[in-house]
Amino acid sequence: MPHDEHTAYSYLRPTKKFPNVWCAGCGIGVVMGALIRAIDRLGLDKDQVALVSGIGCTGRMPVYMDFNTIHTTHGRALAFATGLKIARPEMKVIAIMGDGDAVAIGGNHFIHAARRNIGITAIVVNNEIYGMTGGQYSPTTPVNMRASTAPYGNIEPPMPVCDLAIAAGASFVARGTVYHAVELDRLLEQAISKEGFSMVEAVSYCHTGYGRLNKLGSAVDMMRALKDNSVGLIAAQKLTPEERGQKIVRGVLHNVDKTEYTRLYAGLIERAQAQAAK
Amino acid sequence: MTIKLMQGNEAVSWGALAAGCKFFAGYPITPSTEIAEMLSRELPKVGGKFIQMEDEIASLAACIGASVGGLKSMTATSGPGFSLMQEHIGYAAMTEIPCVIVNVQRLGPSTGAPTAASQGDVMQARWGTHGDHPIIVISPTTVSQSFDLTVKAFNFSEKYRTPVILLLDEIIGHMREKIDLPDFENVERVERIATNVPAEWYKPYGDSLSDVPPMANFGEGYRYHITGLFHDPMGYPTQRLDEIDPWIERVHRKIYRNLNDISLVEEDWAPTDRTVVLSFGASARSARHAVKLARQNHLKVGSVTMLTIWPFAEEAVARIARTAKRIIVPEMNLGQLALEVERVAGRQKVVRVNRANGEMITPQMILEAIEGR
Repeated sequence: MPHDEHTAYSYLRPTKKFPNVWCAGCGIGVVMGALIRAIDRLGLDKDQVALVSGIGCTGRMPVYMDFNTIHTTHGRALAFATGLKIARPEMKVIAIMGDGDAVAIGGNHFIHAARRNIGITAIVVNNEIYGMTGGQYSPTTPVNMRASTAPYGNIEPPMPVCDLAIAAGASFVARGTVYHAVELDRLLEQAISKEGFSMVEAVSYCHTGYGRLNKLGSAVDMMRALKDNSVGLIAAQKLTPEERGQKIVRGVLHNVDKTEYTRLYAGLIERAQAQAAK
Repeated sequence: MTIKLMQGNEAVSWGALAAGCKFFAGYPITPSTEIAEMLSRELPKVGGKFIQMEDEIASLAACIGASVGGLKSMTATSGPGFSLMQEHIGYAAMTEIPCVIVNVQRLGPSTGAPTAASQGDVMQARWGTHGDHPIIVISPTTVSQSFDLTVKAFNFSEKYRTPVILLLDEIIGHMREKIDLPDFENVERVERIATNVPAEWYKPYGDSLSDVPPMANFGEGYRYHITGLFHDPMGYPTQRLDEIDPWIERVHRKIYRNLNDISLVEEDWAPTDRTVVLSFGASARSARHAVKLARQNHLKVGSVTMLTIWPFAEEAVARIARTAKRIIVPEMNLGQLALEVERVAGRQKVVRVNRANGEMITPQMILEAIEGR
C-alpha cells in the first residue's frame, strides 16, 4: 500500500488547529510521520491505540493525532501508561517522550516499566537537549557541548538510553534516526508489534536551541550530520571500536521473548480466584 | 450484615471493594500499608488489579491512567507520599479524572514520626498542589465510618469527576473497632456519567447542565485528548481567556453548587449551648467524650463533627457562630482547621486546642477548655 500524504491526513485530527508547536525543520515531525506509517501498516484500529506523552516538545505530539491521547505530567508518561495498559490490556499503549522526559525526571519510571516488561511501546525522541525551555543540557547531551545551562561546556557523561532499557529488562530495544525515516517506520512497526516492553530511541536534533549554541548549522546540516555520523548495526559490527567511535548505531539492538506483565497478571487473577473458590 | 472487629485501614479496603474499586496502585508507607496489603490479596479475587509502583508519584499516575481506562481507582499513602502525590492531584483536578487518594496522616514534617498520629495535612490536602482548584476531602472518626466514607469518596469522585481525598489519621487507621459490614450489593454505588452521543459529537469538556461533562473511557470508541494544559471543550490546549475563565468557573461551580450533597457534618448542639466543640477525625472522639462529661456537669455544650473538611462547611459554622459564645477547635496540629473556623466565626469566638507531638488530644484537655481553665 503506498504511503502518500493522504495516509497521514487520515490519522491527523480534523478538528485540531494546525500548525504544530515545533520549529520549522524540527525532527519530531518525522517521528510522528513514522509512527503514523507504522500504525497504518499494522492496520491497527484507531480506537484501540492510546498515545501517552509527558512534557516537552515531543510531549506535544499526541494532540495532533486521531487516537486516544493523553498528555500527562513531566516524566510520568510511562506511569500513566502502566495504569492504562493494566486497565485495558487489549489496547496498544504507546508512550512518547523526549530525552529529558524519559531518562531525567522520568528515569525511575523508565527503568521500572522496562523491568516489569509491561506491554507498552516507549518512543524516546532524543534531541540531546531540553528544547521547549530553551536549550538546557539534558542527560543525553554529549560531553563538552554547550547548552544554555552549560555555558562552559557540559561535564556530565550522557545516558545510554538503549543500554539502560536493555539492562532494565525491556523485550525489544532499537535505535533509529530521523534522517533514516523509512528505517524508523520499520523499527516502530516491530516495536509496536512486540508483546512486552519495547523501546525505540529516535535520534533527532534541535537546531534552534542546541544547534545554534554549538554552531552546528541549520536543520539541514544537522540532518546531514545524522546521516554521516550513524551506521547500521551490521556495518557497525564490522568496524573496529576506534572506527565506530562516537557513531550512532542504528537497528534492532535487543529482541527477546518473555511473558508480558498484563498476561502474567491475568494468570495471577486466575490463581487467586481458584484459591478463593476452594 | 456481618459484625466484625477490624482496623480503620481494613475498613477502608472493604469500603473500596464495596464501592466497586477495581484498581489500586501504591507504594509501601507506614501507617497506610495495610490497605495495600489487603487489596493486593482481595482485588484479584474480584477481577481487580493491584500494582506496587516505584514511588507515590507513579502510584497516583497509574491510578489516573487506569481510571481513564474505565476502572475505579484508588491509592493510599501517608505524609511523605502524600507530598509526592500533589503533582497528580492537580493533574486529576485539571483533567477531571475520578480517583480516590487515602492519606493516613502521620506526624510530620518530613519523615517525622511514622507511627505517630497527626492531623497536620488539613491544609496540604486543600492547597498542596499548585494553582486554584476545587477538592473534596472527607475524614472519618470511627472504623465503621471509614468504610462508609470510602464508599462516599468513590461516589463523589465518579459523580463530580474529581479527585477525592480520604483523610484518616494514624489513630483511626490502626484502631480496632466493631463494624457492621453491610452486604456489598446493598451499598449505594455511583457510576461516572457515560456519554451516548455519536463519537464525532462528543465534547469531553463541553458544557452540561450539571457542570460535570460525561466521561468516555479510552478504548470505547470516543477518541479524544486529555491534557494538563488549560483546554477547550474538545480537550485541546488553549491560551484563550474566553476558554480558560469558563473552565475555572465551571470546575469550581460543579463542587460548590452541590454543597448540600458534599458537606457531611454531624451536629449535636442546640442554640442554647454557650460553647460548641468543633472537630474531626480522631480528635472528634475526644471532643464528643469531653462534651458528654461537661454535660454531666450541667454545662451547656454542643459538639459538631466535620466529616467533610473541604469544601469547608461555612454555612454550618456560621449558623453555630450566630448563637454560641465560643467555638472550641481541637486538632492534632498547631491550628489548621481553626483558621477556617476563625475566618467564618471571627477570631474572638474561637478557642484552639492543639497538640502536634504525635499524641492524641485527651478529653481532659478539651474539658479544661470548655470549663475555661
